[in-house]
Amino acid sequence: RKMATLSVCQPQLGGFSFENCKRNAVLEAEVTKLGCNIPSARKTGTTICGVVFKDGIVLGADTRATEGMIVADKNCSKIHYISPNIYCCGAGTAADTEMTTQIISSNLELHSLSTSRLPRVATANRMLKQMLFRYQGHIGAALVLGGVDCNGPHLYSIYPHGSTDKLPYVTMGSGSLAAMAVFEDRYKQDMEEEDAKRLVRDAIAAGIFNDLGSGSNIDLCVITKGRVDYLRPHDMANKKGVRTGNYKYKQGTTGVLTKSVIKLDLEVVEETVQTMDTS
Amino acid sequence: MNTRGLRSQLKDSVPVTGMGPQVGAYGVQDTLRSGFSSVKNELLPSHALELSEKNFQLNQDKINFSNLRNIQGLHAPLKLQMEYRAARQIQRLPFLQSSHLALDTLKGNDESISFEDILNDPAQSEMMGEPHVMVEYKLGMM
Repeated sequence: RKMATLSVCQPQLGGFSFENCKRNAVLEAEVTKLGCNIPSARKTGTTICGVVFKDGIVLGADTRATEGMIVADKNCSKIHYISPNIYCCGAGTAADTEMTTQIISSNLELHSLSTSRLPRVATANRMLKQMLFRYQGHIGAALVLGGVDCNGPHLYSIYPHGSTDKLPYVTMGSGSLAAMAVFEDRYKQDMEEEDAKRLVRDAIAAGIFNDLGSGSNIDLCVITKGRVDYLRPHDMANKKGVRTGNYKYKQGTTGVLTKSVIKLDLEVVEETVQTMDTS
Repeated sequence: MNTRGLRSQLKDSVPVTGMGPQVGAYGVQDTLRSGFSSVKNELLPSHALELSEKNFQLNQDKINFSNLRNIQGLHAPLKLQMEYRAARQIQRLPFLQSSHLALDTLKGNDESISFEDILNDPAQSEMMGEPHVMVEYKLGMM
Protein backbone atom coordinates (compact mmCIF):
# COMPACT_ATOMS: atom_id res chain seq x y z
CA ARG A 1 0.00 0.00 0.00
CA LYS A 2 2.72 2.43 0.98
CA MET A 3 4.69 1.83 -2.20
CA ALA A 4 1.62 2.33 -4.37
CA THR A 5 0.95 5.74 -2.86
CA LEU A 6 4.62 6.70 -3.15
CA SER A 7 4.58 6.26 -6.91
CA VAL A 8 1.75 8.78 -7.17
CA CYS A 9 3.88 11.78 -6.33
CA GLN A 10 7.27 11.13 -7.93
CA PRO A 11 7.53 10.11 -11.57
CA GLN A 12 9.63 6.99 -12.06
CA LEU A 13 13.13 7.79 -13.28
CA GLY A 14 15.69 5.46 -14.76
CA GLY A 15 19.35 5.38 -13.83
CA PHE A 16 21.04 4.48 -10.56
CA SER A 17 18.80 3.56 -7.64
CA PHE A 18 20.16 4.19 -4.15
CA GLU A 19 17.42 2.25 -2.33
CA ASN A 20 19.67 -0.45 -0.93
CA CYS A 21 22.58 1.71 0.24
CA LYS A 22 21.40 2.02 3.85
CA ARG A 23 20.59 -1.68 4.00
CA ASN A 24 24.04 -2.52 2.60
CA ALA A 25 25.75 -0.34 5.18
CA VAL A 26 23.88 -2.12 7.98
CA LEU A 27 24.71 -5.55 6.51
CA GLU A 28 28.37 -4.65 6.18
CA ALA A 29 28.54 -3.57 9.82
CA GLU A 30 26.88 -6.84 10.93
CA VAL A 31 29.17 -8.99 8.82
CA THR A 32 32.31 -7.22 10.07
CA LYS A 33 31.19 -7.86 13.65
CA LEU A 34 31.11 -11.58 12.84
CA GLY A 35 34.59 -11.36 11.31
CA CYS A 36 33.72 -12.14 7.66
CA ASN A 37 34.14 -10.04 4.55
CA ILE A 38 31.60 -8.90 2.02
CA PRO A 39 32.43 -10.07 -1.54
CA SER A 40 34.68 -7.62 -3.41
CA ALA A 41 34.28 -6.41 -6.97
CA ARG A 42 36.43 -7.91 -9.69
CA LYS A 43 39.27 -5.54 -10.56
CA THR A 44 41.74 -5.55 -13.37
CA GLY A 45 44.89 -4.88 -11.33
CA THR A 46 46.61 -4.13 -14.51
CA THR A 47 49.30 -2.75 -16.68
CA ILE A 48 48.00 -0.74 -19.63
CA CYS A 49 49.97 1.71 -21.72
CA GLY A 50 49.99 3.58 -24.99
CA VAL A 51 52.56 5.30 -27.17
CA VAL A 52 52.39 7.68 -30.15
CA PHE A 53 54.69 6.73 -33.03
CA LYS A 54 55.30 8.20 -36.48
CA ASP A 55 52.10 7.05 -38.21
CA GLY A 56 49.74 6.36 -35.30
CA ILE A 57 49.21 4.79 -31.88
CA VAL A 58 50.21 1.53 -30.22
CA LEU A 59 48.10 0.45 -27.22
CA GLY A 60 49.15 -2.43 -24.99
CA ALA A 61 47.59 -4.33 -22.08
CA ASP A 62 48.14 -7.46 -20.01
CA THR A 63 45.32 -10.00 -19.61
CA ARG A 64 44.86 -10.80 -15.90
CA ALA A 65 41.70 -9.98 -13.93
CA THR A 66 41.91 -10.33 -10.14
CA GLU A 67 39.32 -10.71 -7.38
CA GLY A 68 41.17 -9.81 -4.21
CA MET A 69 44.12 -12.19 -4.12
CA ILE A 70 42.77 -14.67 -6.69
CA VAL A 71 43.14 -14.52 -10.45
CA ALA A 72 39.57 -14.41 -11.73
CA ASP A 73 40.31 -14.43 -15.45
CA LYS A 74 43.62 -15.54 -16.96
CA ASN A 75 42.87 -14.15 -20.39
CA CYS A 76 40.54 -11.18 -20.29
CA SER A 77 40.45 -8.57 -23.00
CA LYS A 78 41.27 -5.08 -21.73
CA ILE A 79 41.47 -3.22 -25.04
CA HIS A 80 37.91 -2.10 -25.81
CA TYR A 81 36.47 -0.91 -29.10
CA ILE A 82 35.18 2.65 -29.12
CA SER A 83 34.92 3.38 -32.84
CA PRO A 84 36.64 2.05 -35.99
CA ASN A 85 39.55 4.43 -35.45
CA ILE A 86 39.56 4.71 -31.64
CA TYR A 87 40.35 2.05 -29.03
CA CYS A 88 40.51 2.30 -25.24
CA CYS A 89 42.36 0.25 -22.59
CA GLY A 90 40.68 0.03 -19.19
CA ALA A 91 42.07 -0.48 -15.68
CA GLY A 92 40.18 -0.50 -12.37
CA THR A 93 36.87 -2.21 -11.69
CA ALA A 94 36.27 -4.54 -14.64
CA ALA A 95 32.51 -3.95 -14.86
CA ASP A 96 32.94 -0.18 -14.74
CA THR A 97 35.48 -0.06 -17.57
CA GLU A 98 33.38 -2.43 -19.68
CA MET A 99 30.12 -0.51 -19.27
CA THR A 100 31.70 2.93 -19.56
CA THR A 101 33.48 2.11 -22.80
CA GLN A 102 30.34 0.53 -24.25
CA ILE A 103 28.20 3.56 -23.39
CA ILE A 104 30.73 5.97 -24.85
CA SER A 105 31.07 3.79 -27.95
CA SER A 106 27.28 3.94 -28.48
CA ASN A 107 27.17 7.68 -27.90
CA LEU A 108 30.05 8.24 -30.30
CA GLU A 109 28.35 6.13 -32.95
CA LEU A 110 25.13 8.17 -32.61
CA HIS A 111 27.16 11.38 -32.72
CA SER A 112 29.08 10.34 -35.82
CA LEU A 113 25.84 9.33 -37.56
CA SER A 114 24.45 12.74 -36.73
CA THR A 115 27.51 14.64 -38.00
CA SER A 116 28.30 12.09 -40.77
CA ARG A 117 32.01 12.34 -39.97
CA LEU A 118 34.59 9.98 -38.53
CA PRO A 119 34.61 10.59 -34.75
CA ARG A 120 37.54 12.41 -33.15
CA VAL A 121 39.52 11.21 -30.16
CA ALA A 122 38.97 14.54 -28.41
CA THR A 123 35.20 13.95 -28.55
CA ALA A 124 35.52 10.56 -26.89
CA ASN A 125 37.85 12.08 -24.30
CA ARG A 126 35.41 14.84 -23.42
CA MET A 127 32.44 12.47 -23.19
CA LEU A 128 34.38 10.14 -20.90
CA LYS A 129 35.69 12.87 -18.59
CA GLN A 130 32.26 14.48 -18.24
CA MET A 131 30.65 11.19 -17.36
CA LEU A 132 33.34 10.20 -14.85
CA PHE A 133 33.27 13.61 -13.18
CA ARG A 134 29.50 13.43 -12.86
CA TYR A 135 29.87 10.29 -10.72
CA GLN A 136 32.71 11.80 -8.64
CA GLY A 137 35.05 8.82 -8.93
CA HIS A 138 32.53 6.22 -7.71
CA ILE A 139 32.83 4.65 -11.17
CA GLY A 140 36.34 3.17 -10.85
CA ALA A 141 37.53 3.30 -14.44
CA ALA A 142 41.07 4.44 -15.33
CA LEU A 143 41.41 4.51 -19.10
CA VAL A 144 44.04 4.93 -21.80
CA LEU A 145 42.29 6.27 -24.90
CA GLY A 146 44.04 6.35 -28.26
CA GLY A 147 43.13 6.75 -31.89
CA VAL A 148 43.84 8.36 -35.23
CA ASP A 149 41.45 10.94 -36.66
CA CYS A 150 41.54 13.75 -39.22
CA ASN A 151 43.98 15.71 -37.04
CA GLY A 152 46.48 12.90 -36.59
CA PRO A 153 47.19 10.42 -33.77
CA HIS A 154 46.08 11.33 -30.23
CA LEU A 155 46.64 9.61 -26.87
CA TYR A 156 44.84 10.48 -23.63
CA SER A 157 44.89 9.05 -20.11
CA ILE A 158 41.68 9.43 -18.11
CA TYR A 159 41.52 9.03 -14.32
CA PRO A 160 38.47 7.78 -12.36
CA HIS A 161 37.63 11.25 -11.01
CA GLY A 162 37.53 12.79 -14.45
CA SER A 163 40.92 14.42 -15.02
CA THR A 164 42.66 13.77 -18.33
CA ASP A 165 46.16 14.15 -19.75
CA LYS A 166 47.15 14.38 -23.39
CA LEU A 167 50.66 12.95 -23.72
CA PRO A 168 52.92 11.09 -26.17
CA TYR A 169 53.19 8.07 -23.85
CA VAL A 170 50.99 7.04 -20.89
CA THR A 171 50.66 4.11 -18.50
CA MET A 172 47.87 3.23 -16.03
CA GLY A 173 47.05 0.50 -13.54
CA SER A 174 48.93 -1.16 -10.70
CA GLY A 175 51.88 -1.96 -12.98
CA SER A 176 52.05 1.57 -14.37
CA LEU A 177 55.28 2.46 -12.58
CA ALA A 178 57.12 -0.55 -14.00
CA ALA A 179 55.87 0.22 -17.51
CA MET A 180 56.62 3.93 -17.17
CA ALA A 181 60.21 3.11 -16.18
CA VAL A 182 60.65 1.33 -19.54
CA PHE A 183 59.03 4.21 -21.42
CA GLU A 184 61.11 6.88 -19.73
CA ASP A 185 64.26 4.99 -20.64
CA ARG A 186 63.61 4.18 -24.28
CA TYR A 187 60.92 6.47 -25.69
CA LYS A 188 61.92 8.55 -28.74
CA GLN A 189 59.80 10.82 -30.88
CA ASP A 190 58.63 9.56 -34.31
CA MET A 191 59.55 5.89 -33.84
CA GLU A 192 58.92 3.27 -36.51
CA GLU A 193 56.03 0.84 -36.05
CA GLU A 194 58.20 -2.18 -35.15
CA ASP A 195 60.18 -0.18 -32.59
CA ALA A 196 56.99 1.13 -31.04
CA LYS A 197 55.50 -2.39 -30.82
CA ARG A 198 58.69 -3.70 -29.23
CA LEU A 199 58.72 -0.81 -26.72
CA VAL A 200 55.09 -1.38 -25.68
CA ARG A 201 55.64 -5.12 -25.44
CA ASP A 202 58.64 -4.59 -23.16
CA ALA A 203 56.75 -2.09 -21.01
CA ILE A 204 53.83 -4.50 -20.47
CA ALA A 205 56.27 -7.34 -19.81
CA ALA A 206 57.92 -5.20 -17.12
CA GLY A 207 54.50 -4.74 -15.53
CA ILE A 208 53.69 -8.46 -15.80
CA PHE A 209 56.91 -9.66 -14.19
CA ASN A 210 57.20 -6.99 -11.49
CA ASP A 211 53.58 -6.49 -10.41
CA LEU A 212 51.37 -9.15 -8.82
CA GLY A 213 48.20 -7.65 -10.20
CA SER A 214 49.27 -8.06 -13.85
CA GLY A 215 50.04 -11.28 -15.67
CA SER A 216 49.39 -13.77 -18.48
CA ASN A 217 49.61 -12.53 -22.06
CA ILE A 218 50.35 -9.23 -23.76
CA ASP A 219 47.73 -7.77 -26.10
CA LEU A 220 48.63 -5.05 -28.58
CA CYS A 221 46.51 -2.77 -30.73
CA VAL A 222 48.19 -0.79 -33.52
CA ILE A 223 46.05 2.04 -34.94
CA THR A 224 47.13 3.92 -38.04
CA LYS A 225 45.20 6.01 -40.56
CA GLY A 226 42.84 3.58 -42.21
CA ARG A 227 44.11 0.38 -40.52
CA VAL A 228 43.75 -1.25 -37.11
CA ASP A 229 45.76 -4.35 -36.06
CA TYR A 230 44.27 -5.99 -32.99
CA LEU A 231 46.97 -8.49 -31.94
CA ARG A 232 45.51 -10.76 -29.28
CA PRO A 233 47.67 -12.37 -28.02
CA HIS A 234 50.75 -10.66 -29.28
CA ASP A 235 53.04 -12.43 -26.84
CA MET A 236 52.38 -15.22 -24.38
CA ALA A 237 54.75 -14.18 -21.61
CA ASN A 238 53.44 -16.58 -18.96
CA LYS A 239 52.80 -19.92 -20.61
CA LYS A 240 51.63 -22.64 -18.22
CA GLY A 241 54.35 -25.28 -17.98
CA VAL A 242 54.08 -28.85 -19.36
CA ARG A 243 54.53 -31.80 -16.96
CA THR A 244 57.73 -33.63 -17.82
CA GLY A 245 57.11 -36.74 -15.68
CA ASN A 246 54.29 -39.28 -15.96
CA TYR A 247 52.91 -41.08 -12.88
CA LYS A 248 50.83 -43.60 -14.79
CA TYR A 249 52.03 -47.24 -14.63
CA LYS A 250 52.04 -49.50 -17.69
CA GLN A 251 49.45 -52.30 -17.86
CA GLY A 252 50.94 -55.49 -16.46
CA THR A 253 53.34 -53.81 -13.99
CA THR A 254 51.52 -55.49 -11.09
CA GLY A 255 51.31 -59.29 -11.35
CA VAL A 256 47.82 -60.85 -10.98
CA LEU A 257 47.72 -63.73 -8.37
CA THR A 258 44.02 -64.80 -8.34
CA LYS A 259 40.85 -63.67 -10.08
CA SER A 260 37.22 -64.39 -8.97
CA VAL A 261 34.00 -63.11 -10.67
CA ILE A 262 30.77 -62.72 -8.61
CA LYS A 263 27.61 -62.17 -10.65
CA LEU A 264 25.04 -59.78 -9.09
CA ASP A 265 21.40 -60.90 -9.50
CA LEU A 266 19.37 -57.88 -10.54
CA GLU A 267 15.69 -58.25 -11.41
CA VAL A 268 13.51 -55.74 -13.21
CA VAL A 269 10.95 -54.33 -10.71
CA GLU A 270 9.10 -51.73 -12.78
CA GLU A 271 9.31 -50.43 -16.32
CA THR A 272 7.75 -47.12 -17.33
CA VAL A 273 7.90 -45.22 -20.61
CA GLN A 274 7.66 -41.41 -20.55
CA THR A 275 7.02 -39.82 -23.94
CA MET A 276 8.84 -36.56 -24.72
CA ASP A 277 6.94 -33.81 -26.47
CA THR A 278 9.26 -33.13 -29.40
CA SER A 279 7.02 -30.81 -31.41
CA MET B 1 25.92 18.96 -22.83
CA ASN B 2 28.00 20.35 -20.00
CA THR B 3 29.11 23.97 -20.07
CA ARG B 4 32.35 25.17 -18.58
CA GLY B 5 33.02 28.08 -16.29
CA LEU B 6 30.25 28.91 -13.88
CA ARG B 7 31.72 32.16 -12.61
CA SER B 8 29.47 34.18 -14.84
CA GLN B 9 26.43 32.46 -13.41
CA LEU B 10 27.08 33.02 -9.73
CA LYS B 11 24.21 35.45 -9.53
CA ASP B 12 21.86 32.80 -10.96
CA SER B 13 23.07 30.24 -8.40
CA VAL B 14 21.33 26.87 -8.38
CA PRO B 15 19.72 25.87 -5.06
CA VAL B 16 19.95 22.18 -4.25
CA THR B 17 16.54 20.77 -3.45
CA GLY B 18 17.16 18.56 -0.47
CA MET B 19 15.56 15.52 1.04
CA GLY B 20 13.49 17.49 3.54
CA PRO B 21 10.27 16.22 5.14
CA GLN B 22 7.56 15.63 2.62
CA VAL B 23 5.10 18.36 3.50
CA GLY B 24 1.57 18.14 2.22
CA ALA B 25 -1.18 20.62 2.87
CA TYR B 26 -1.08 22.50 6.22
CA GLY B 27 2.74 22.10 6.31
CA VAL B 28 2.62 18.77 8.15
CA GLN B 29 4.12 15.39 7.24
CA ASP B 30 1.94 13.83 4.57
CA THR B 31 1.74 10.32 6.03
CA LEU B 32 -0.90 9.12 3.61
CA ARG B 33 1.21 9.78 0.53
CA SER B 34 4.82 9.39 1.66
CA GLY B 35 4.59 6.92 4.52
CA PHE B 36 6.04 7.24 7.99
CA SER B 37 8.95 9.62 8.47
CA SER B 38 12.31 8.90 10.04
CA VAL B 39 14.79 11.62 10.96
CA LYS B 40 17.79 9.71 9.62
CA ASN B 41 16.08 9.04 6.29
CA GLU B 42 15.41 12.70 5.74
CA LEU B 43 18.54 14.38 7.03
CA LEU B 44 21.16 12.12 5.46
CA PRO B 45 21.22 10.88 1.88
CA SER B 46 22.01 7.17 1.73
CA HIS B 47 24.79 7.71 -0.80
CA ALA B 48 27.09 10.60 -1.62
CA LEU B 49 25.70 10.77 -5.14
CA GLU B 50 22.01 10.51 -4.28
CA LEU B 51 21.28 14.23 -4.09
CA SER B 52 23.39 15.21 -7.04
CA GLU B 53 21.89 12.49 -9.22
CA LYS B 54 18.31 13.34 -8.25
CA ASN B 55 18.79 16.92 -9.39
CA PHE B 56 21.29 16.38 -12.19
CA GLN B 57 18.97 16.99 -15.13
CA LEU B 58 17.33 19.96 -13.42
CA ASN B 59 20.68 21.55 -12.66
CA GLN B 60 21.97 20.98 -16.18
CA ASP B 61 18.86 22.63 -17.61
CA LYS B 62 19.21 25.60 -15.26
CA ILE B 63 22.86 26.07 -16.21
CA ASN B 64 22.12 25.84 -19.92
CA PHE B 65 19.19 28.22 -19.73
CA SER B 66 21.06 30.83 -17.74
CA ASN B 67 23.97 30.56 -20.19
CA LEU B 68 21.57 31.00 -23.09
CA ARG B 69 20.01 34.00 -21.38
CA ASN B 70 23.38 35.64 -20.92
CA ILE B 71 24.41 35.04 -24.52
CA GLN B 72 21.26 35.54 -26.55
CA GLY B 73 18.92 37.45 -24.27
CA LEU B 74 15.82 36.56 -22.32
CA HIS B 75 13.71 35.54 -25.30
CA ALA B 76 15.79 32.44 -26.09
CA PRO B 77 15.21 30.47 -22.85
CA LEU B 78 11.62 31.72 -22.69
CA LYS B 79 10.83 30.34 -26.13
CA LEU B 80 12.54 27.05 -25.39
CA GLN B 81 10.79 26.60 -22.07
CA MET B 82 7.45 27.28 -23.71
CA GLU B 83 8.19 24.53 -26.24
CA TYR B 84 9.25 22.17 -23.46
CA ARG B 85 6.03 22.89 -21.57
CA ALA B 86 3.98 22.14 -24.67
CA ALA B 87 5.88 18.93 -25.45
CA ARG B 88 5.63 17.74 -21.85
CA GLN B 89 1.85 17.67 -22.18
CA ILE B 90 1.96 15.14 -25.01
CA GLN B 91 1.75 12.04 -22.89
CA ARG B 92 -0.61 9.29 -21.83
CA LEU B 93 -2.52 9.03 -18.57
CA PRO B 94 -0.27 9.17 -15.50
CA PHE B 95 -0.09 5.46 -14.70
CA LEU B 96 0.72 4.41 -18.28
CA GLN B 97 4.17 4.55 -19.83
CA SER B 98 4.58 7.48 -22.24
CA SER B 99 7.39 7.61 -24.72
CA HIS B 100 8.08 11.36 -24.25
CA LEU B 101 9.22 11.35 -27.88
CA ALA B 102 8.63 15.06 -28.56
CA LEU B 103 10.28 16.13 -25.32
CA ASP B 104 13.28 13.88 -25.93
CA THR B 105 13.76 15.19 -29.44
CA LEU B 106 13.65 18.78 -28.21
CA LYS B 107 16.12 18.11 -25.44
CA GLY B 108 18.44 16.09 -27.67
CA ASN B 109 18.08 12.92 -25.60
CA ASP B 110 17.28 10.93 -28.75
CA GLU B 111 20.96 11.18 -29.75
CA SER B 112 22.57 9.96 -26.56
CA ILE B 113 22.54 6.93 -24.28
CA SER B 114 23.30 7.09 -20.57
CA PHE B 115 22.62 5.08 -17.44
CA GLU B 116 19.04 6.42 -17.34
CA ASP B 117 18.25 4.37 -20.42
CA ILE B 118 19.99 1.19 -19.36
CA LEU B 119 19.48 0.83 -15.62
CA ASN B 120 16.16 0.82 -13.79
CA ASP B 121 13.97 1.26 -16.85
CA PRO B 122 10.61 2.58 -15.53
CA ALA B 123 8.82 0.51 -18.17
CA GLN B 124 10.18 -2.65 -16.50
CA SER B 125 9.28 -1.53 -12.98
CA GLU B 126 7.61 -4.25 -10.88
CA MET B 127 5.36 -1.79 -9.12
CA MET B 128 2.26 -0.20 -10.57
CA GLY B 129 0.51 2.84 -9.22
CA GLU B 130 -3.18 2.97 -8.39
CA PRO B 131 -4.81 4.37 -11.55
CA HIS B 132 -7.64 6.24 -9.80
CA VAL B 133 -5.39 7.76 -7.16
CA MET B 134 -2.81 8.86 -9.72
CA VAL B 135 -5.32 10.51 -12.03
CA GLU B 136 -7.00 12.29 -9.12
CA TYR B 137 -3.61 13.51 -7.92
CA LYS B 138 -2.66 14.77 -11.35
CA LEU B 139 -5.94 16.64 -11.79
CA GLY B 140 -5.50 18.17 -8.36
CA MET B 141 -8.67 16.64 -7.00
CA MET B 142 -6.89 14.88 -4.18
